[in-house]
Amino acid sequence: MTEQEQRQSDQKKPGVEPDKAPWLNKDAEPYIKIETLTKQFDGVTVVDDVNLDIYEGELFAILGASGCGKTTLLRMLAGFETPNAGRILIDGVDMTHIPPYERPVNMMFQSYAVFPHMSVQKNVAYGLVKEGIAKTEINRRVAEILELVQLSDFKGRKPHQLSGGQRQRVALARSLVKKPKVLLLDEPLAALDKKLRERTQFELMNLQDQLGITFVVVTHDQEEAMTLATRIAVMNEGGFIQTGTPHQVYEFPSNRFVADFFGATNLFEGEVSRVAGDCMHIQGDEYNEALKAQLSPEIEKGEKVWIAVRPEKISIAKEPVEGERVTSLKGIVWDIGYYGNLSVYRVKTEAGKVVQVSTQNQRRLAEGTIDWDEEVYISWDASSSIVLTE
Amino acid sequence: MSSKLKSKPEFADRTWRYFVISVPYVWLLVFFFIPFLFVFKISFSDPIIAQPPFTPLFDWSKDSFDVFLGTLDNYRFLTEDNLYWLSYLKSARVAAISTLLCLLLGYPMAYGIARAESTIRNLLLLLVILPFWTSFLLRVYAWMGMLSTHGVINNVLMWIGLIDQPLKLLYTDFAVYMGIVYTYLPFMILPLYANLERLDLSLHEAAADLGARPFQVFRDVTIPMSLPGIIAGCLLVFIPALGEYVIPALLGGVDSLMIGRTLYNEFFLNRDWPLASAVATVLLFILVIPMMIFQKYQVTTSDGPE
Repeated sequence: MTEQEQRQSDQKKPGVEPDKAPWLNKDAEPYIKIETLTKQFDGVTVVDDVNLDIYEGELFAILGASGCGKTTLLRMLAGFETPNAGRILIDGVDMTHIPPYERPVNMMFQSYAVFPHMSVQKNVAYGLVKEGIAKTEINRRVAEILELVQLSDFKGRKPHQLSGGQRQRVALARSLVKKPKVLLLDEPLAALDKKLRERTQFELMNLQDQLGITFVVVTHDQEEAMTLATRIAVMNEGGFIQTGTPHQVYEFPSNRFVADFFGATNLFEGEVSRVAGDCMHIQGDEYNEALKAQLSPEIEKGEKVWIAVRPEKISIAKEPVEGERVTSLKGIVWDIGYYGNLSVYRVKTEAGKVVQVSTQNQRRLAEGTIDWDEEVYISWDASSSIVLTE
Repeated sequence: MSSKLKSKPEFADRTWRYFVISVPYVWLLVFFFIPFLFVFKISFSDPIIAQPPFTPLFDWSKDSFDVFLGTLDNYRFLTEDNLYWLSYLKSARVAAISTLLCLLLGYPMAYGIARAESTIRNLLLLLVILPFWTSFLLRVYAWMGMLSTHGVINNVLMWIGLIDQPLKLLYTDFAVYMGIVYTYLPFMILPLYANLERLDLSLHEAAADLGARPFQVFRDVTIPMSLPGIIAGCLLVFIPALGEYVIPALLGGVDSLMIGRTLYNEFFLNRDWPLASAVATVLLFILVIPMMIFQKYQVTTSDGPE
């Protein structure tokens, strides 16, 4: 990826200036530094020797399936779990053995954990009262943050009189009002319905941008991670598999797990059979034609590789497509899924492999539509083939 | 539309529901409210040496309007003789202090059980309930054996050399507190446990995360959240302790005249049923009024948790 592409992918993200992406700057000092962090429960290693740098103002997402250790990692950042080994530094200070009530870190819980016996006002003020701040100052700051999350009219309400989305905003306001150095969010949107979730995503990004607080979000939802985050760390079995911008992890996954985790992917197993121009050809048992991929200096002839192709990068047509750099496979339409904005075709190739292809439905009335059991050709450019070695 | 479709099963459902609810109410009506009406009626009579030992409330033989023969003398007497006020006060004090002791002992125990590993939690609960499996009277007698002048406690203390002379433990207020706290502790622990066990731990973590030290978490979150359990446990201990008869009678001294003892004396020694009925009626109101206040408090605050 060129630096130009990198910038474009970061442009819309909050907090971090696009041309100052700190993870690209070798001299930048990380704000949160996690060093060789390990946590075991009853002899089972949940977080395994993890290293991570997060920079100031980032909205960093830790993404993984349930049980991958992401929540334990977050709880160690908050101070609820003590690591068995390793260190956590926040803004240069070792936090590993500092209790949660003394950390400059606040957490928004997945269940929100809003105090049911306190009004919205009291919930939000709680952290400030514990700091021993003057009452007038507390009232001012609470009013300010409630204004920001649009809950000013609800400050006298008890949590059970609020909707799920409002409770979520109370929890958010309560943790933000303390102006923490880092805000930790555990599955912040999981309990909201789809429409509200989409709106809240953008609200979160706006808030983060306005306040400039570093956010660390834990989520299992790859779409959520991609829209929210400046960078994503993909976690599996207690360790990070890939860390990068949403664009990087989607378009340049480092291995099959990441490729498969983000969206749908077609994976082809094979061997590099020959090099032609700037393309290499890959042959395998699952397909009759050679797959073409961009030449890569690290990969040698005869090496075993996997080719990953995103469904939206494959085109489907009734006629074969010819070209130096084009992979074209013949097959029949096995299944069609209509999603309104796009259609997903599952095409069974001659060798029996089922390939997923998605196309935008740009017209309301499609002429020459492709139907079930029809003979079709699927094709993609060599640049769309992601070559993976592990 | 939907109500029309549902109406039939809903009706059957509702009859069944009314039936289920009515069973305990009928039980209370027959075995509590009607006997209470008898007691209430007797409290307006005069004692006589006869069978039954009180005068009738109405004289149906006369044709005039003064058939009602009731009197407020019994209630008047309660206010005149210090004995009754003192024993009410004594009972209230003993019950209040015992309740407080039960709370102080029971809360940590209930908390400990609620936070224990699930494998030993049931065992701990079983140990709390275990004393109920032997007769209550037997357990009180066991305490007499423990507390008496040559009982277990005195013997052990003298054997260690902590004391030269046996302490007077039995037939003191100390023994009464001991007995009541011992007997009613499970009634405090069980509702507290039921409440604390459901407590959402993420609330504790949230408070700690916002800067509350462990003690502050306990004060600001644990206690307010367990208030329903605390109130239930306190009522379950306070109410029976207030009218407790057996424990003060067996373990307490002659001077520890609690209302239960007074009631017994009036009924069975003096055979003054009307006065005893008046004592019982007043006791009931003493108990009902704070409970009604509590009920009102609970209604106004029940827009809290739950």
